[in-house]
Amino acid sequence: MPRTITIDPITRLEGHGKIQIFLHDDGSVKDCFFQIPELRGFERFVVGRPIEELPRIVTRICGVCPASHHMASAKAVDGCFGNQVAPVAHKLRDMYYHAHYIHSHIAHFYALAAPDFVMGPDADPTVRNILGVVAKVGLDIGGKVIRARALAQKIQQTLGGRTTHLVWCMPGGVSKGLTPEELEEIKPMVAELAGFATFSLQLFRDVVLGNPGYVDLILHGPYTLDVHNMGLVDDNNAPNFYHGKVRVVDFQGREICKYEAHEYNKFVAEHVEPWSYLKFPYLKQRGWKGFKEGIDSSLYHATPLSRLNVADRMATPRAQEAFEEMYSTLGGHPCKALLAAHWARLVEMVQNAEMLERYCADPEITSDQYRVIPDRVTGEGFGIVEAMRGTLTHHYTCDENGICTSANLIVGTTNNNAPIQMVTKKVAQALIKPGKEPDKGILNMVEMAFRAFDPCYSCATHYLPGQMPLTIQIYKGGQLWREIRR
Amino acid sequence: MTDGELDLTLFNGAVRNSENEHVAKLLRAKSKVLVAFGSCAHMGGIPGLANLVEKDEILATCYLSNASIEPGNQTIPHARWAVDGMTLEIPGFYRRVYRLKDVVDVDYFLPGCPPAPDQVKAVLLAVVKGELPPRGSVVGASERAVCDDCKRTKSEKKIKRFHRPFEILQDSSRCLLEQGILCMGSATRSGCGVRCPNSNQGCRGCYGPLPGVSDHGAKFLSALASILDSKDPREIEQILDSLPDFTSFAYRFGLPASTLQRSYR
Repeated sequence: MPRTITIDPITRLEGHGKIQIFLHDDGSVKDCFFQIPELRGFERFVVGRPIEELPRIVTRICGVCPASHHMASAKAVDGCFGNQVAPVAHKLRDMYYHAHYIHSHIAHFYALAAPDFVMGPDADPTVRNILGVVAKVGLDIGGKVIRARALAQKIQQTLGGRTTHLVWCMPGGVSKGLTPEELEEIKPMVAELAGFATFSLQLFRDVVLGNPGYVDLILHGPYTLDVHNMGLVDDNNAPNFYHGKVRVVDFQGREICKYEAHEYNKFVAEHVEPWSYLKFPYLKQRGWKGFKEGIDSSLYHATPLSRLNVADRMATPRAQEAFEEMYSTLGGHPCKALLAAHWARLVEMVQNAEMLERYCADPEITSDQYRVIPDRVTGEGFGIVEAMRGTLTHHYTCDENGICTSANLIVGTTNNNAPIQMVTKKVAQALIKPGKEPDKGILNMVEMAFRAFDPCYSCATHYLPGQMPLTIQIYKGGQLWREIRR
Repeated sequence: MTDGELDLTLFNGAVRNSENEHVAKLLRAKSKVLVAFGSCAHMGGIPGLANLVEKDEILATCYLSNASIEPGNQTIPHARWAVDGMTLEIPGFYRRVYRLKDVVDVDYFLPGCPPAPDQVKAVLLAVVKGELPPRGSVVGASERAVCDDCKRTKSEKKIKRFHRPFEILQDSSRCLLEQGILCMGSATRSGCGVRCPNSNQGCRGCYGPLPGVSDHGAKFLSALASILDSKDPREIEQILDSLPDFTSFAYRFGLPASTLQRSYR
């Protein structure tokens, strides 16, 4: 008899999603849908607002990475004023953003991803969480993690004035600069974070790489997809999070395209399905071809792993070493093993820390010329940054008075909507088979598929969520047959 | 789980769709104390600005007309969709945004976007100790105005024109409103730590109106009217013209809570 398995809402996602697995009569997987149940409509209701207010409004798309929206919005607004920006303001924003990356990556790696690896993917859900991780690795390490996250937060606060939901970036630059005294306060924090980034890599080596079962799961499990890679790079094709060109490289390592922010609309488009509020971006020049893998696929992913996959090198020396170690262990560059995103996140964190060190040594960083008054409205702007969870595009237009006339947003996680759809189905098919009843462990492994993407659905559908305990309902012949609760 | 089994629910987010409403009702039934946590649950929040436009305009912009939509697309999401014998459901998108209070009884309101961490801690301690004020109160906030806690120097407020924030370099020690930069600090409840003015930007009112005030924007408008430095109607109009789109300032975090909304329900 046909059955339906519903996983709704999904735990340990910073947002909200729902998986429906439909089974054939024999218990094998017929199809699998990953649905996003929310929409808020920022793209429409920011129209009519003064354009300089947008960086203060769009932060509320997401409580998890508001700084990414703030930065992309600030850059799109810069464009609306002819990109008249105080040079040090770009440095300060970039510096802030590196601290924000560290803050976010710590949260993802230790609170969201680590439970699967430290406790094991099929561990009981009551211990497969941050508290379980702390209990296992020790209070000492737990304290270190909390401290590092607080330091990253403190650096952001010193630079931007407030942390969550920044009000700092504005046309012409930023609303406050960094004083020499504040810089001296930040320096020891940066040194400590650099040490923490190295420590985290070592922990990954010990806990994950030291366990052959995990390495096998990463490399040979069902967690791979033949889709392409997207990421922002600098002039040397090293990852950049705030500036640069978007590069798309296929899963065999060949460049498909490389574009400037203002050209995004030639290269990316969004497909709509009637059963989800979240759109499905694809490579526009290839056209929408459905949820298909392969070298001709029009689909890509945008994650920490894809960012390193499109990069030829890292921007800083210690990150470069970590990059080389990662790819030599994984069997070459680029890598299709989606769970390697967790490792890539730690490699990025090393670059973030090294970039913070560079800015601390930059004599211009404490300049008081952090804002200029723009003298003209030019009417259109494009802002692309790498949100932690994928390439983030904001595109605005405004009238001659600086009133917003249109806004288009392609949000980090949205880029990954189709790949998440596909890998979830792939994992469900590999694990749920005739005669094998799905249990909590198997269902968590389905969830692990998309957790690698660090998806943030509040962001992607521009909705602010709550988190709920997980319930799985299995339907047999239209009747509720079994219910698994966390 | 039986009704009333949860000691405390901190509910965040406004009510925009059928699932939000369902979850709100479910948590109301299961909770001894239900707190509207943050600006969205308290007053509708920034997503409440969507009430300035029609639901169909939102769907058209997001799925049909925006710059990167697949060429020729005519599809918009549906609450219920059948494909190959499988039925897929997503929550129905409501006509407008509601506050939590519009769909269930709320015990306390904890304002802010986001609520300041020390305020959240104080409220949690009050819950644990059983020292909560009467039901219906705003908790985790001050009874004063943001202005009262702001360290900028204040003198007589007389405004000849308003400036948009990027048009002038502000004096970081002087009241923003006196410099002609819109700041809602005088009409807004404190408790946030004055975090926006301390970042050299005007307050946008996320902690909501002062005690006893029902309409935040109207109160702010009347405060502004009293500081305009003119008695000439034409000049007053010119001064006000230097403030575009006043509605989205006055109700940045609380359009669903405003009296403007009542005729619309």
